[in-house]
Amino acid sequence: MLAQLNVAASLPEIVILVAAALILIVDLFIGDDQRHFSYWLTQLALLVALAFTLTSLKLEAVTAFNGLVIDDMLADLLRIACFIAVSLVLFYSRSYLVARGMFRGDFFVLVLFTLLGMQVMITGNNFLTLYLGLELMSLSLYALVASRREHTASSEAAMKYFVLGALSSGMMLYGMSMIYGTTGSLDLATVARAIAAHRDSPALVLLGLVFVVAALAFKLAVVPFHMWVPDVYDGAPTPVTVLVGTAPKIAAFAMALRLLSSALQGAAVDWQGMLIVLSVLSMVLGNVIAIAQTNIKRMLAYSTIANMGYMLLGLLTANRYGYSAAMFYVVVYALTSLGSFGMIMLLSRGGFEADQLDDFKGLNRRSPWWAFIMLLVMFSLAGLPPTVGFYAKFMVIEAVINEGFVWLAVVAVLTSLIGAFYYLRVVKLMYFDDAADTQPIVVRFDTQLVLSINGLLLLVLGILPQQLIARCAIALMHSNFP
Amino acid sequence: MMPYLSLSIWVPIVAGLAVLGFRREQDAMFARWVALAGAIAGFLVTIPLWVGFDTKTSAMQFVEFVSWIPRFDIHYHLGVDGFSMLFILLNSLMTIIVVWAGWEVIQTRVAQYMASFLVMSGIMNGVFCALDGILFYVFFEAMLIPMYLIIGVWGGPNRIYAALKFFLYTLLGSILMLVALIYLYSVSQTFEILEWYKVPLEMSAQILLWVAFFLGFAIKVPMWPVHTWLPDAHVEAPTGGSVVLAAIMLKIGGYGFVRFIMPIAPDASRYLTGFMIALSLIAIIYIGFVAIIQADMKKLIAYSSVSHMGFVTLGFFVWSQLGVEGAIVQMISHAFIAAALFLCIGVMYDRLHSRQIADYGGVVNSMPNFAALMMLFAMANVGLPGTSGFVGEFLVILASVKANFWIGFGAAVSLILGAAYTLWLYKRVIFGAVANARVAAMKDLSRREFWMLTVLAVMVLWIGIWPRPIVDVVHVTAADFLVNVSHSKL
Repeated sequence: MLAQLNVAASLPEIVILVAAALILIVDLFIGDDQRHFSYWLTQLALLVALAFTLTSLKLEAVTAFNGLVIDDMLADLLRIACFIAVSLVLFYSRSYLVARGMFRGDFFVLVLFTLLGMQVMITGNNFLTLYLGLELMSLSLYALVASRREHTASSEAAMKYFVLGALSSGMMLYGMSMIYGTTGSLDLATVARAIAAHRDSPALVLLGLVFVVAALAFKLAVVPFHMWVPDVYDGAPTPVTVLVGTAPKIAAFAMALRLLSSALQGAAVDWQGMLIVLSVLSMVLGNVIAIAQTNIKRMLAYSTIANMGYMLLGLLTANRYGYSAAMFYVVVYALTSLGSFGMIMLLSRGGFEADQLDDFKGLNRRSPWWAFIMLLVMFSLAGLPPTVGFYAKFMVIEAVINEGFVWLAVVAVLTSLIGAFYYLRVVKLMYFDDAADTQPIVVRFDTQLVLSINGLLLLVLGILPQQLIARCAIALMHSNFP
Repeated sequence: MMPYLSLSIWVPIVAGLAVLGFRREQDAMFARWVALAGAIAGFLVTIPLWVGFDTKTSAMQFVEFVSWIPRFDIHYHLGVDGFSMLFILLNSLMTIIVVWAGWEVIQTRVAQYMASFLVMSGIMNGVFCALDGILFYVFFEAMLIPMYLIIGVWGGPNRIYAALKFFLYTLLGSILMLVALIYLYSVSQTFEILEWYKVPLEMSAQILLWVAFFLGFAIKVPMWPVHTWLPDAHVEAPTGGSVVLAAIMLKIGGYGFVRFIMPIAPDASRYLTGFMIALSLIAIIYIGFVAIIQADMKKLIAYSSVSHMGFVTLGFFVWSQLGVEGAIVQMISHAFIAAALFLCIGVMYDRLHSRQIADYGGVVNSMPNFAALMMLFAMANVGLPGTSGFVGEFLVILASVKANFWIGFGAAVSLILGAAYTLWLYKRVIFGAVANARVAAMKDLSRREFWMLTVLAVMVLWIGIWPRPIVDVVHVTAADFLVNVSHSKL
């Protein structure tokens, strides 16, 4: 009985859950001047979970809890990516949180619950598990977005996020119920077999598929389900924005892959068409609207939309090569995005938000080093070599050309040209313009170190991308994806 | 054997990063010396390429082959043949000259300036010796970043517009090339450029590939009508930026035709020969006329560059030994002449802070040495026998007359136009009465400026009088290239 439960497969989840509960209690007993204790405890929990995941890396997939959960290479690698992403979020946001009185235990606990939700999404092998993970993540995020109660923009963003998010969760559940009704199972593999048994997918499955894809599109933030993104990015406190914009995208990618490929590969022709539309719309609209933004958080919001459009290029090929390209894309995107928001928080001081593009003016005069790091981040987002962003775009474009969609590749590169314009504008502000703000940048040493490594990693991985590419390939080749 | 090609790429890049260490204003002198040392070291490591080059083979030499991204079979594959070897030397020599040229002129953010040029120099060497499609593309795109910063940070009043236009224009060309590279990979399962020469392709695929590559390289050359970024970039860039742009970056466009377009899509290239010759002649003649009426000296030389690069594309597309050799010699020669002319304008600009022809006149009275050297470069730009400008243009005109008298005639018209705009410029700026008191007060060349221009003058005369060594390097490669592209791939 216990062997069937196979608890070991979920060890990283257990670590995070225990840590969250522990910090919730510990934080009650310490004073405000000792909050850093909870902070480091959170980082420690992430480190322990990371260590457990690293020591249990194995090629073959293992199911646990009677098939509710799957632990394969894909899950391991994406969990690692999430741990690192969340850890970086905490490193970058520490000073920002302290300055705004948000450096409290509940923040860390909510972040850990968000992470737990993401882990469940990544390892889910059953409609209900996936849904549970999605809800756990989303509810924690709603609370985090609203965490600056006195701030109207923050409350407004939380309200929008909650209403639209609840709607999308409803759609997800509705879609799942239709597929369940037709196939008689919630287990992904069983659903896949049931669909494969038919030559054409039953109409009810297709209808369910539409709802599932729409809900996934909402979580991935692709057009036309993107309306919440700019407001939430802008309104939420920056540490929450970076959390919303990075790790959950990795989790949503995993969930999309599990649902579309593990369960609904039989209906690939149907969802492929939907994803093409979503992808093209996102690439075009995201990049075009981003040009008009003056607020860097809103600009990055539209950049996220565009980037998720590129990521979908890999998914829509419906084969392993495309999936591994999409996985590489989403991991690289998270890393780059972390760098960009890290820079915003670096430039923010107590009471001052560096959320306008003009706040980056003349950064090269103030600090050549941080201007260089931001330059790397921007060129990586634009997909220009020698940064790693180039290989992300290269791989998804290769994947679609391999499937014969040359026109999609042309759309992708032309829209990335539009994108280059607004990323270059940030570089222009930093290097060509004079500084409006001449205050020196004072930040904690650990934040500086981690952010520097983050930025340089974009360049190092851009020169030597093989390791990451190979990991993403292995993750998909040894998983049960068609 | 030493990996000379890798050294030619990485020595300048590492030196450039080292220069960044001296970013404080009071360390500027260190930055300059380190940059000069790096540039000279970068040039020294390319000398073995010249000494050890075997002129009797068209095979790739100094080959380096290391696996880079096995997942896509991408290799760090370097090598040079007769087409590319000279450009690496040229580029490395030019780097010394631009470091030298910026020695006193650049006073703000010296370290970043010098580092940008050194890094760019290494990257451009990479462009010329990459034999893997993706490796080439990485270098090809990466070189835009330092140039964008050079124009934008140290450029003229309208630098931001010019930098952005330069970047986006060239990016537009190169991203479609990325699609073409990946398409070739999906057909051949390799990114080896030399393998692509053998891949059979249908005519429709060849035409599409041709168009994608053409956009990338035609914008770089630049050919009419996609040349409009060049005058802006040249005018706004600092002198060193203009020199590198004219001397090296434009040549990458020409190089792309012989490395990619013609051997990969030979049938499409033959099919579109008329189109290419027409565009080349328009560049040579029409842009020649445009150059005449310019009031800004840098703009005039920029248009003159477009016109002279027309000879390069014309030389390639008359499909003959003379034409191809002439085109390569023309590229090398134009690099020296255009660099020298931009430096001459820079010398005057440093004294008067104007590039308008109308602000000058009678410069010979205050700067006789300068006037003499500039006379040589002006004559070379016209194509006077005995200077390097003559050799390339003469070979190309000869080849085009053989192909068709009227093509040759059209190309020869440029000799008259070239004389018109260059000599008229020279007359208005150098001769005549002293225009104003500021011109009268101009100091003649400093020692630094004198030697910088003298080095280029020696090169111009050497190629003009004794072009044999250069032609020898190109000869066998050009012959085998023509045999290679004469085979149909259909």
